[in-house]
Amino acid sequence: MKIVVAIKQVPERDARVRIDATAKWIDEDDLQFALNEPDAYALEEALLLKEKHGGEIIVVSAGPERVGTTIREALAKGADRAIHIDCDNLAERDALGVARLLAAAIKPENADLLLTGLQSDDLGQGQTGVILAELLGLPHASLILHVEKTETGFTAKRELEEGWFQTVELPSPAALTVQSSGSTPRYATLMGIKRAKSKEVRSATAADLLTEDTPVAILERVALPQKQKSTRMISGTAKEAAAALVEKLRFEARVL
Amino acid sequence: MSGVCVVMEEREGRISRISWEAAAAGRWLGALMNLPVGAAVVGSHTETLAAEVAGNALGKVARVEHPLLAPYTADGFSLALEQLFRAENPDFVVFPHTYQVRDYAPALAARLGQTLIGDVIAIEDGPVFTRQLLQGRLRGQYRHSAGGPCFLSVQAGAFRAETADIGPEEIVLFTPRIDSARIRVKPGAPFRASAQGVDLASAQRIVSVGRGIKGVENLPLVQELASALGAELAASRPVCDNGWLPPDRQVGSSGHTVSPKLYLAVGISGAIQHLVGMKGSRCIVAIDKNPDAPIFEVADYGIVGDLFELVPALTEALKADSNGLGESVQTDAR
Repeated sequence: MKIVVAIKQVPERDARVRIDATAKWIDEDDLQFALNEPDAYALEEALLLKEKHGGEIIVVSAGPERVGTTIREALAKGADRAIHIDCDNLAERDALGVARLLAAAIKPENADLLLTGLQSDDLGQGQTGVILAELLGLPHASLILHVEKTETGFTAKRELEEGWFQTVELPSPAALTVQSSGSTPRYATLMGIKRAKSKEVRSATAADLLTEDTPVAILERVALPQKQKSTRMISGTAKEAAAALVEKLRFEARVL
Repeated sequence: MSGVCVVMEEREGRISRISWEAAAAGRWLGALMNLPVGAAVVGSHTETLAAEVAGNALGKVARVEHPLLAPYTADGFSLALEQLFRAENPDFVVFPHTYQVRDYAPALAARLGQTLIGDVIAIEDGPVFTRQLLQGRLRGQYRHSAGGPCFLSVQAGAFRAETADIGPEEIVLFTPRIDSARIRVKPGAPFRASAQGVDLASAQRIVSVGRGIKGVENLPLVQELASALGAELAASRPVCDNGWLPPDRQVGSSGHTVSPKLYLAVGISGAIQHLVGMKGSRCIVAIDKNPDAPIFEVADYGIVGDLFELVPALTEALKADSNGLGESVQTDAR
């Protein structure tokens, strides 16, 4: 079975956010980057399927040079090879533009299964996997927790709202977007890290892929959030803060 | 129709609450842009749904009806609405930002050469659409470039659902052409994973714990705080995903929506998916080490610091307080 996993490198969860001079994105200097968490779960599902059924895993990622470290991480965890779409202006494309780029790189692979995280921790649009399915003509399901191979395709456990689930059946080839819940992503082993160094990473530029990139949805400006409430911040030592909070909860908020 | 079309969703035979919020967003957008506002309902039996919409919030309603539109499939809904929008050519299409919409609207928009502007929290003159980035730590303002319908979905709780004065009702039936071979995914019946052991929705006080607790071995800390407060213990998604607490204690879009008197969040940064489940609480207290955590934006009281020091101190302070209160009650009685 041939599985393509589309992954994204995103700013680390706790990274300090500073808006850059253009006010269109954040200052990326001194920023730490990591593999997008739902994508780590998508990769884990791919690795589990490969362990059971054999086959090949190809990771695809778009972004500037720094994305290389995240690609190596995926290879160290057990992906077989990678395609890096070298692209410095990812943020200027909208979800459709990014998906077109990825689809152009993925299409020639003729994979049986396309997996990706259900959303990115940075832009959070949650659309790439679903648009990829549309562009590649694949049936899809989103918010998937677990995938099993069947004789003709796949069954997947899909999360619904408010604690409900359903099982969906899809013919092969198919595309699934994975929720971060299923099987806990593995760490790379030392052996894996060593092996990753000799695995193939093919580089393609956005120009090679000849995709349209005029955005329809344009991110014009970013800003820090406005407070929805006036928050009373309580300071002092742990003991002082705790005593002050209890007093406020009892006499001000009257919720004790 | 040029204008605004709101796609209303059904839940248990009725229009869902978040769909009324989408309708309010649609009306707001229509007023800004001076455009007529209508709606679409999709399914195999849409008569009562259409009547509910036409009678309550929106004038013109398209009943997009076909036997193959129940149960929901992304293939069926995309095909049906693609045909409706090609025929009617709306300027704006507004969806509620639900799991179902997330499953098909991006594909539908792509089919029409568009990109969905998803999870919108505000619409201003322009129109400019605001959505959250970086898990709520940043806000982005989006514009739609000219040409073709603009697709957007609105976040739960961002617009206030209310009924409006409507013009004359008009309900039209739209029958899409759907070949059963085009529906490739077979959906199973919904099921619930486990028995629901706890009733968070009716809890008066909730102590909720997040990633910051670091490991299951530290949970007794927050359990003691919860019992000192007489509160139920709840959690954000990562805690339940790791199996540290059962899934029926999860608060957020994939778990429970709660609105207790007191919601005390410990080590929860406040991702959008968590905030939509608890921001209706009367009093919100947040304890987190990161001063920039989005949870502080919705909190009434915040303490920035190490939860491993603050939580035991708070438990102690609460115990001392209830002892103190006991004495003062006695004093009053005398």
